Amino acid sequence: MSEITLQDIIKPENLVYKKTSLMTNKALSYCPGCGHGTTHRLIMEVIEELGKENETIGVAPVGCSVLAYEFMNVDMQEAAHGRAPALATAIKRLWPGKVVFTYQGDGDLAAIGTAETIHACNRGEKIVIVFINNGIYGMTGGQMAPTTLPGMKTATSPYGRDVATMGNPLKMTELVATLPGTYYVTRQSVQTPAAVRKAKKAIKKAFQNQLDDKPGVSFIEVVSNCNSGWKMEPVQSNTWMEENMFPFYQIGDLKVDGKLIDR
Amino acid sequence: MAKVKGDIVIDIEKCKGCEVCIAACPNSVIAMSKKVNGKGYHYSEKVNDECIGCANCAIVCPDGVITVYKVKI
Amino acid sequence: MKELRLMKGNEAVAEAAIRAGADGYFGYPITPQTEVIEYLFAEKPYERTGMVVLQAESEVAAINMVYGGASCGKKVMTSSSSPGISLKQEGISYIAGAELPCLIVNVVRSGPGLGTIQPAQSDYFQSVKGGGHGDYRLIVLAPSSVQEMSDFVPLAFDLAFKYRTPALIISDGLIGQMMEKVELFDQIPRLTDEEVIKRHPWATNGKPVGGERRILTSLDLDPHKLESHNWHLQAKYKTIEENEVRFEMLHCEDAEYIIVAYGSSARIAQKSIQLAREKGIKVGLLRPITLWPFPKKPIDELTKRGIKGFLSVEMSAGQMIEDVKLVVEGRTKVEHFGRYGGVIHSPEQVLEALEQKIIGG
Repeated sequence: MSEITLQDIIKPENLVYKKTSLMTNKALSYCPGCGHGTTHRLIMEVIEELGKENETIGVAPVGCSVLAYEFMNVDMQEAAHGRAPALATAIKRLWPGKVVFTYQGDGDLAAIGTAETIHACNRGEKIVIVFINNGIYGMTGGQMAPTTLPGMKTATSPYGRDVATMGNPLKMTELVATLPGTYYVTRQSVQTPAAVRKAKKAIKKAFQNQLDDKPGVSFIEVVSNCNSGWKMEPVQSNTWMEENMFPFYQIGDLKVDGKLIDR
Repeated sequence: MAKVKGDIVIDIEKCKGCEVCIAACPNSVIAMSKKVNGKGYHYSEKVNDECIGCANCAIVCPDGVITVYKVKI
Repeated sequence: MKELRLMKGNEAVAEAAIRAGADGYFGYPITPQTEVIEYLFAEKPYERTGMVVLQAESEVAAINMVYGGASCGKKVMTSSSSPGISLKQEGISYIAGAELPCLIVNVVRSGPGLGTIQPAQSDYFQSVKGGGHGDYRLIVLAPSSVQEMSDFVPLAFDLAFKYRTPALIISDGLIGQMMEKVELFDQIPRLTDEEVIKRHPWATNGKPVGGERRILTSLDLDPHKLESHNWHLQAKYKTIEENEVRFEMLHCEDAEYIIVAYGSSARIAQKSIQLAREKGIKVGLLRPITLWPFPKKPIDELTKRGIKGFLSVEMSAGQMIEDVKLVVEGRTKVEHFGRYGGVIHSPEQVLEALEQKIIGG
């Protein structure tokens, strides 16, 4: 058996995986290990595979991913904090043939944007909403989010979230699943290869729903780490996420093809 | 049974040393370099020839810095 | 033969929106302008021209729908009244910063706070001096008749798209609710998608094949770049000031005193002037049609001519008067008169104020 050298393997015809060209070449502004980068890439891979890069309009949030438009190589708009579903509503209604998605964090979608989130879902807008839940406000320095777990320490809950005075964490995904206007509601994660593969399938299903003109929002929550906000190493934060976030924010489909899943 | 041999190319200047790829690799191909890149991050590097081109590392990398190749042998 | 109709001011705005070829209206009920959205739904413009009409969950959501629609190159608008316009300020600032065209209609009611539903003119500062955060200006048109409520809609859209900036029509509850004869203009066809793509290469409606993606944002974390952007905005506003001032002058040729008034106050002042002239008082009306850009030149020329005093008549505690004073620069008397809190001044009260504050005092 002849020896295979490195030169033999690294050839274009042997390519298995390369970052999609729909991610720009700019270095990501996210912290090392952050799920934002992975999720951005999966969305762009799906858009590329569906051949829709010239038909897609994305709406970026305010938060760590305020600069999402620097990295996603499709037409993008910057929304005010929490308002992305309102922008997306107008875009989709005015350009029904286009592919429209929002990309939002937990403050954007579940605090200031609660009304816009619920009403876009309630009206059944034919858009994709991607919701990155890391239980904290990363961009502004690690304050408590509506999704912060009880007892979790953040900059505005330095002794741990006290539900008596600060309320319980909000499960927006479960909330919107109950609305008839949502068609596909799922919760995923991207910290392991297996999780990434499942998440990508979910994202593809969501965008395919829009291409098939299915009635209603496709809503994907991605539970992510925030190692900076949680003050951990990236790999450690993924473990913490699996041990603490996943029991509360359960991964899996909540609603498929307009029907709630028995979980 | 056809065997597979893979290889990875890491964009070390874009790597942020998060180490998520290390846990993802089934054959312990990747480890953190002792050196740092232009941004001051330790970066991932290949430390053995056991790569099978499964692309686990590449798909889990938040910065998409890994390109994967494989051949059948 | 133009179509004539007896309509409320609010209805005229709605009908004009359809005829102006608007692509979308996003709004929320609030007195005294709810007829705008009600008329639109009743008229079914989606069947007439394909125009989208949507009742949003709040004024905040509505302005952000306008932001999204404007970003993808469509002709979109919203309407509200004072407290609702306050809610829209964040969105308006974003739209101005991202240089997008749109129309906002404010049918002013008295404030501050929840105030009342009766008319006022106390949103002058909000409209002309900012309202939202940052260095930006809105093109502000002030109709004083139901006819102008109709005519200013296509004008506002034209100006908004000419300069890629938001335009505001500032009305009040009186004009919004009163009925007058309107000569309706002919339907301007909505642009096709292809026309929108061609005319507005900056719009985000899908990356062109083989081309670069478009990003519409008002964010720039590099302060030098943001300063340049602000210089660009300021240069644009200067061009608008040089080219788009609109005003009307009545009985000013021989006037010794001038009433400066817009909107409903201008209508009321016309009667005051008639009463004054019957008494031998030579008073004229300067009616700003654009509140921004403000008609500085005619006021300056009148001052130079030797006008003995300006009375700024506004249904407010006195907001426009500050702009009059800025132009007059102390060269002659400038006073304010106005009832507010939802009370409307009478022509006699305006005349009395002119006599006491300008002529007498």
